[in-house]
Amino acid sequence: MALPTYASPLERIWYYTYIVICVLVFLFLIAPILIVIPLSFNAEPYFTFTPKMLAFDPAGYGLRWYDALLTLGHPNADAVRDGAWWTTVWERSTWVQAAKNSFWVGLWATILATTLGTIAALGLSRPEMPYRRLIMALMISPMIVPIIIIAVGMSFFYAKACVAPDSAWFSVFGMFLSEKGCLANSHLGVIVAHAVLGIPFVIITVTATLSGFDQSLIRAAHSLGANPRTTFFKVIMPLILPGVISGALFAFVTSFDEVVAVLFIAGPDQQTIPRQMFNGIREAISPAILAVATILVVISVMLLATVELLRRRSDRLRGVTGR
Amino acid sequence: MAEATDPVTQTALLTTADGRPLKTALAEAQAKARRRAFLLVVPLILFVIMTFLIPIGYMLKRSFEHDGFASSAPAMVAWFAANPDFDPTNPPEEAYAALVSDLARMQVEKTTGMAGTRINYSVPGTISLFKGGARAAKNLTPPFKEALLAVDAEWGRPALWRGMQSASHVYTAEFYLVASDRKLTDDGWARGGDKERIYLYLFFKTFLISGIITFLCLLLAFPVAHLLATLPMAKSSLLMIFVLLPFWTSLLVRTTSWIALLQEQGVANDLLVALGLITEEGRLTMMYNMTGTIVAMTHVLLPFMILPLYSVMKVIPPSYARAARSLGATSWTTFRRVYLPQTLPGIAAGSLLVFILAVGYYITPALVGGADGQLISNLISFHMSKSNWSLAAAIAAMLLASILLLYWLYDRLVGIDRLKFG
Repeated sequence: MALPTYASPLERIWYYTYIVICVLVFLFLIAPILIVIPLSFNAEPYFTFTPKMLAFDPAGYGLRWYDALLTLGHPNADAVRDGAWWTTVWERSTWVQAAKNSFWVGLWATILATTLGTIAALGLSRPEMPYRRLIMALMISPMIVPIIIIAVGMSFFYAKACVAPDSAWFSVFGMFLSEKGCLANSHLGVIVAHAVLGIPFVIITVTATLSGFDQSLIRAAHSLGANPRTTFFKVIMPLILPGVISGALFAFVTSFDEVVAVLFIAGPDQQTIPRQMFNGIREAISPAILAVATILVVISVMLLATVELLRRRSDRLRGVTGR
Repeated sequence: MAEATDPVTQTALLTTADGRPLKTALAEAQAKARRRAFLLVVPLILFVIMTFLIPIGYMLKRSFEHDGFASSAPAMVAWFAANPDFDPTNPPEEAYAALVSDLARMQVEKTTGMAGTRINYSVPGTISLFKGGARAAKNLTPPFKEALLAVDAEWGRPALWRGMQSASHVYTAEFYLVASDRKLTDDGWARGGDKERIYLYLFFKTFLISGIITFLCLLLAFPVAHLLATLPMAKSSLLMIFVLLPFWTSLLVRTTSWIALLQEQGVANDLLVALGLITEEGRLTMMYNMTGTIVAMTHVLLPFMILPLYSVMKVIPPSYARAARSLGATSWTTFRRVYLPQTLPGIAAGSLLVFILAVGYYITPALVGGADGQLISNLISFHMSKSNWSLAAAIAAMLLASILLLYWLYDRLVGIDRLKFG
């Protein structure tokens, strides 16, 4: 909103106030995220800027808390850092284990949510889809229903969702379940829970992409002799791929950031980064948390950049200029 | 109808190549298309039912179910079933006999705690009563009534007998009564005193805080969304990053940042002290209380308000405002009478979404809320950790009901398919 030439002095004052307000709100949005980055390089165990840091004294900064991420849970942290030491970090360090768990859980949950969600979105965006509104409401509800309710329900259900350890089912599914053969305290349980939470995001992004999709392209492909499979992989998929990837990234971030369900249904073997952070913040809050936070901010910046690029590409393909 | 209505008979004569009436063929083709579309959704529906609806169903069932007393006191269950209309103010000797035999059995089977806990929900203070009774039970001799009352006169309380009668059923709506701050008195269910109204008070508080957060979000989001919607594309895309980055950043990271910023030895207080606005002793307590919850949650939920507002403001033609100005309206009138009404769909969408998300929030209040910044979700979690499963489930069910009501409203007013990110 540029200031019109006929604006009165009062309107000019109001206009500049408005700009200042906007700048302050942007600051409110972004400052808390950026503040953790310098704080994580603190050489002292404080949560704020030390006088040395403010004087830009190099001694005030250090990688101490990033180092702490490697050594937590390491049986002999002070030993010489040779190959064996790093191998132990990879296999024993608490934060590295948490990162690995988070990554695998996130990956499988994303695959599950994206596959099911994309196929369903294809059906939901067809004009002849029956009960569309109702089904849509059901699919979006994991995002609306408070996570605590989902977590409570799942913790009741997962404790009962068991196979007997000596049954034939256990020999098939046992490796995915807990030692007692239950979904509770198992990787599969966490993956399934996170997949449910990611589905709304996949559905929303993919149906949004499909809303600009020209359904006659499908008929054109059919009329040119393509079978449904070819149509899907050669015509539909390349066009909706940016939306699918955005949805998948949303689903991954949802899983990567999820802590409540993990707190309720997971066991000690499913320690994830958010859970480790949650416990860290609750118990002894150390700047190591800020180091993790910084790493996560960097990851989210990269994810955001990817999604933005994908959206621009998708808009270009659809012939939409701008947003 | 007999008098061959011409159009119908004539269209019926039109047939496809294989001789079927066109109308039937079309209906069949459409039914087939509908089936095909539906088949695509079936796997996801099954998945969501299995992993989302059934667990929630389980939770609802749990909120009506508790067998702590019913399973550990078979003699009492049998007696209550045979005498549904007994007088709780003066239970007969055989009732006491059944109770003493059950107490003795509880002591052997170590189920006293379970049974006592069940009764304790509706009649507070009964766990220790049951423990004492069970320890004494095997040494009691008839007449049991006098013997048991000699152990503890509390055993004669009508409220206790009403509670045991109710607990002898596995399925009960009692947890909803408890979650509405009712308790069993000697005369039946009644509201607790003012100090005991914790649950409804917390519901009220949760809705109030959510309302405050929604209002703050709207206040902060409106100018920003307007700026984004009216700036040229290149600039607004750049500024949009400021909105989307928090959206993509881990919730725990944002909560951590607020702790670093607002705690007593944090950045904000240091800055205020350095500026001389407050003294070293006068450091503000902005964290681990209600203020912390409100500030951090407003930050977390702000993008959910900006994005719907932005998408509505984006399509408001600027010519309307100009037309209003050219017709002599002041800028304030233009805003109030022309611009604001057009943004109402965005305001409704954003506010409802933020309110819905705020009501069920758990992590932020749990981490930065301290004692007085806790919301209803945290109470559910508290009862889960204390193994008060049925009570937790009942509170969760009440929260779920209010959320579904808001969700229905959202769908009515906004439409779920209008949800978008970025």
